[in-house]
Amino acid sequence: MNIVVLVKPVPDPACYDRIEIDPATGVLERQGMPAVLNPADRHALEAALALSERFGGRVTMVSMAPDSAAETLMEGLAMGADEACILSDRIFAGSDSLATSRVLAAGIRKIGAFDLVLAGNESADGGTAHVPSQVGELLGVSHLANVTRLEVGADGRVEARTRIENGYIEVEGALPMVVGVKREINTPRYTSLMGVLAAQSKPVRVWGACDLGIDAACVGMEGSGMRPGRLTRPEYGRKGERIEGSPEEVSRRVVAILRAQGILG
Amino acid sequence: MPDRQPAIWVVAEQMPGRLAPVSLEILGQAGRLASEAGGREVAALLLGHGVGAFAEELLAFGADKVHLVEDPRLELYQNDTYGAVLSKLILRERPDVVLFGASAVGEELAPTVAARLDTGLGAHCTNLGMRPDGTLTMGVLGFGGRVHTEMFCPSMRPQMASVKPGMFQPPPRSETGGKIVREDGAVLLSDVEIRLRTVKVVREEPEGMPLEQAEVVVAGGWGVGGKENWRILTELARELSGAVGCTRPALDEGWTAGEHTMIGTSGKTVRPKVYIGVGISGSPHHTVGIKDAGVIISVNSDPRAPVFECSDYRVVADFRKILSPLLAEIRRAKGPIS
Repeated sequence: MNIVVLVKPVPDPACYDRIEIDPATGVLERQGMPAVLNPADRHALEAALALSERFGGRVTMVSMAPDSAAETLMEGLAMGADEACILSDRIFAGSDSLATSRVLAAGIRKIGAFDLVLAGNESADGGTAHVPSQVGELLGVSHLANVTRLEVGADGRVEARTRIENGYIEVEGALPMVVGVKREINTPRYTSLMGVLAAQSKPVRVWGACDLGIDAACVGMEGSGMRPGRLTRPEYGRKGERIEGSPEEVSRRVVAILRAQGILG
Repeated sequence: MPDRQPAIWVVAEQMPGRLAPVSLEILGQAGRLASEAGGREVAALLLGHGVGAFAEELLAFGADKVHLVEDPRLELYQNDTYGAVLSKLILRERPDVVLFGASAVGEELAPTVAARLDTGLGAHCTNLGMRPDGTLTMGVLGFGGRVHTEMFCPSMRPQMASVKPGMFQPPPRSETGGKIVREDGAVLLSDVEIRLRTVKVVREEPEGMPLEQAEVVVAGGWGVGGKENWRILTELARELSGAVGCTRPALDEGWTAGEHTMIGTSGKTVRPKVYIGVGISGSPHHTVGIKDAGVIISVNSDPRAPVFECSDYRVVADFRKILSPLLAEIRRAKGPIS
């Protein structure tokens, strides 16, 4: 079973409360924030590795990212992926989710025959959760998002559970399929020292628009429907009065606030 | 309604026995956008089987028209069938704007349809606007709620957006009338390759007061430190007839009542009269879900905790020293139990 895992290096989500925006230029200031594998993608990788242990076949990571992403993708290779393909081209910059999916679909096609494409359901930074469904549409295969349980049979039958509000949907289908996984699907394995050493000799390919046969008009800003406006920090406009004193004094003040809001009658 | 102007469409979602609340929320927004644009038709799309009553309800809540597509194959949601039917109707009728609720179903269906139509899609929008030239502005949050921008789709049509549930109030019942257009489900599905089969849809309404309806929300974060400590939050919420919410880290630690109590970007949006945050650092992932709360009181021992930036009242203290006296004070305020 050949499995492609879509991965994205993202600025470490633990640092997002440090992000600032330059008020003059509107540019995001995120220096010093380490790039990590998008957290949900590690769960997609785990699902892929578990399936390849059962059925054999290759696990290939595909990422639309700058060449420098190779370092971040090492983590996935150390977990056990066989190789990584970085889809990198200046003309990809400014791609919205559909244009990004177009690049990813071209990368998957270039790799060749696949049975399953797995992806983290959403990225921590942009977080549209569009990519798994849109890649599925562009490849012309079945797709499922929000997947929390995935059973694949030797015959290619798929049974999945997708999460909805206060419940789930049980779905049946067949490979080939694109699946966006939620984090509760599994617990990603730790990387072993052996894994880290083995990763050093695994292939990392870098493909640009020409390698992928992508028309510049279909990707990047030009090929994207969506345009971002000015970036801002949401303002909450709260006065932030400090309540001081002994625990009893603080408690009396909080009760007074509750009263003022009509909570305690 | 002038019918020369391109319409604003709302994709309604049915749950067993009722419309999804977000469907009415976006219907209200569609109505507002329509009047801001100088009067446009607002149409809802409803797919299912035996859901005619919900079509009437959509009219009652302000839709000028409902396209109703019924077929046994549409009884349970599934992206092959729903994606194909919606795409066909949109291509046929050419609405200018299509809104989806960003529920789990809408979150999958909207990008499916956008890919089929080759158009842009704003994700999990927290506000919507209409410029005088008819451009839809779609307020979205990135980096876990830390960054806001207004996306727009200048050249492709329709302009599509999914809207985060809980951001808007549902519109009042207006009963202004309108018409139901019955579409032929069999025709719309005739050439659709159905590759997925939905076996069943399971919804379990959680016990206790839903967070979205509580007047008081007591929320805990990683700083609460353990399941034992969590109990006092539950006690406090109970004493105030409120509900307990949580952050993602507290959920991941297994201290909470479950995912349905998580507040924030990947959880719920709440607007209680009073929100009391305990041991919450205030990552934007969480605070985006409380921005419309009435009064925000935060208890955290770290005076530099970012949560204080979006709080009305700051209590810089160890919550373990505060909550017991607070419970006692609340009980005293409520008077003797009769």
